[in-house]
Amino acid sequence: MSLSVPAVEIRHLVKSYWRGGQKVPVLEDITFDIATGDFIALMGPSGSGKSTLLNLIAGIDRPDSGELRVGGTDIMTLNEAELADWRSRNVGFIFQFYNLMPVLTAFENVELPLLLTGLSSRARREHVDMALAMVGLSDRMEHYPSELSGGQQQRVAIARAIITDPAILVADEPTGDLDRASADDILALMERMNSELGKTIIMVTHDPYAAKRARSVKHLEKGVLAD
Amino acid sequence: MHLLKLILRNTLRHKLRTLLTILGLLVAILSFGLLQTVVDAWYSGAKAAAPDRLITRNSVSLVVPLPVHYRDKIRGVDGVRSVATANWFAGIYQEPKNFFPQFAIDALPYLAMYPEYRIPEDQLRDFMRDRKGAVVGRKLANTYGFKVGDVVPLKGTIFAGNWEFVVRAIYDGAAPTTDTSQFFFHWAYLNESVRARAPQRANHVGVFVVQVSDVARAAEISKAVDAQFGNSAAETLTETEQAFQIGFVKQTEAIVVAIRIVSFVVIFIILAVMANTMAMTARERMSEYATLKALGFGPGFLGSLIFGESLAIAAIGAALGVALTFPVSDWFAAQMGTLFPVFEVSASTLWSQAACAAVVGVAAAVLPALRAARVRIVDGLRAAG
Repeated sequence: MSLSVPAVEIRHLVKSYWRGGQKVPVLEDITFDIATGDFIALMGPSGSGKSTLLNLIAGIDRPDSGELRVGGTDIMTLNEAELADWRSRNVGFIFQFYNLMPVLTAFENVELPLLLTGLSSRARREHVDMALAMVGLSDRMEHYPSELSGGQQQRVAIARAIITDPAILVADEPTGDLDRASADDILALMERMNSELGKTIIMVTHDPYAAKRARSVKHLEKGVLAD
Repeated sequence: MHLLKLILRNTLRHKLRTLLTILGLLVAILSFGLLQTVVDAWYSGAKAAAPDRLITRNSVSLVVPLPVHYRDKIRGVDGVRSVATANWFAGIYQEPKNFFPQFAIDALPYLAMYPEYRIPEDQLRDFMRDRKGAVVGRKLANTYGFKVGDVVPLKGTIFAGNWEFVVRAIYDGAAPTTDTSQFFFHWAYLNESVRARAPQRANHVGVFVVQVSDVARAAEISKAVDAQFGNSAAETLTETEQAFQIGFVKQTEAIVVAIRIVSFVVIFIILAVMANTMAMTARERMSEYATLKALGFGPGFLGSLIFGESLAIAAIGAALGVALTFPVSDWFAAQMGTLFPVFEVSASTLWSQAACAAVVGVAAAVLPALRAARVRIVDGLRAAG
């Protein structure tokens, strides 16, 4: 991906939900770009639409109208199967509650996205070993999520997010369930992913302390950009 | 391989829930097998019937006897190879609950028509020489401990009085499905005794067993036999042995239908239990399914996880249920004594058990799989935490 091309191009994006028979606007006429290699924090109060915006960029929800290009691809034109394939190759997910499979070990959780690729078992093992080493969990690869602390689980989730080498990482409140020390570790790790691996990171957070670690910050208020 | 690993680990995730569901399936599949075997036992007489054997009885009712001299006329019908007489005796051995079928037979032709009854030659000779001799089946002998030489007293019901028979032979079945719960003795002995006690009832038989030379002509020969006695005082009804046996079953068909219905109700109940288990399982894992979808896994993968788990539970329950069907049916048959002459778990029952388990496994997974496939990722992820 060329540095001159924005990682995300958003034009007049609109999204609303139906609740109790009423149309509730969530995002209204959102327009902005996210530069390739940026580490952006989306901030705002509850209900401001920041998670919805993140979901749209990640391709797990669809806007009502507007334009949305991610990595040069107009993802609004993709059908469900194409979108799933696109996500598996272009987006890494980091969730607030880690969302690891409890019946799989750390190694197997990280390996999971690679099952959708044509990599051999040996190549997958090399990739997973490397990813777990990068997040400092080489010695915990045979542990199940229940045997890991919250910070360690989030590091496994980060390893899973980068295993397919996606250009974009989306993180929804990645430190929301962690104590300050663990949160610091995770944020430092994300900074490394951004600076050393060149990942574009889009992070939703309530926490101003976490937002300070990002290179740029966007605020949302009642579905519109506040800055 | 990874899919199988995930299915296996998910199956064992809630061990108690899985164990209880498997236990429920085990009981249901076992009950189904047992009830189907009872139904099969009901029809065992019809299944064991030979196509070359016909039964001629009084057209009014089975309980109205026929003159024994009909035998010669029947023997003269074109296509008839052999004719034997048989009388239902209905004696009580010690007490009424000790029921077993007893027949007074025209021994030589009758036993020749039933090659599935295997009698040692020396015992057959002894039986033929003894007017009060009896041939008993192996199952009957085992049930009451009858041995060759034992005297078996029977209290007559149709033919009043106390009767004594000497066991001269024990027959085995040519196949596991052969009825070896019967008791045979000489019709001549019965007739002599009846002649002395109630002469007007002498020289009558319950049925004639007719062996035909050509199975394809069975219907034609049946008509020819009945035509011999048209407009007589005792008209006959001749039918194949199988039709005759089915006629018996039809008298109690309501019970058979009830048993069949109950067997399927049991399966329906376990289907509801299993569907509930799978629905709970899928609901609990909705955030995991949403995560898998976000990572790029399609609805087919999620469906495979759910169907795989459901089928794995059903397969384990079915395997245990089928395996237990054999010892439990043996125990059940022993408790029933000679009520069911043949009580064998058939191959079709085993296939039916497997099919029911497969249907339960698939049907229970349909709705949860559809729900998992259709759930929006953002809705599924909200269930996390």
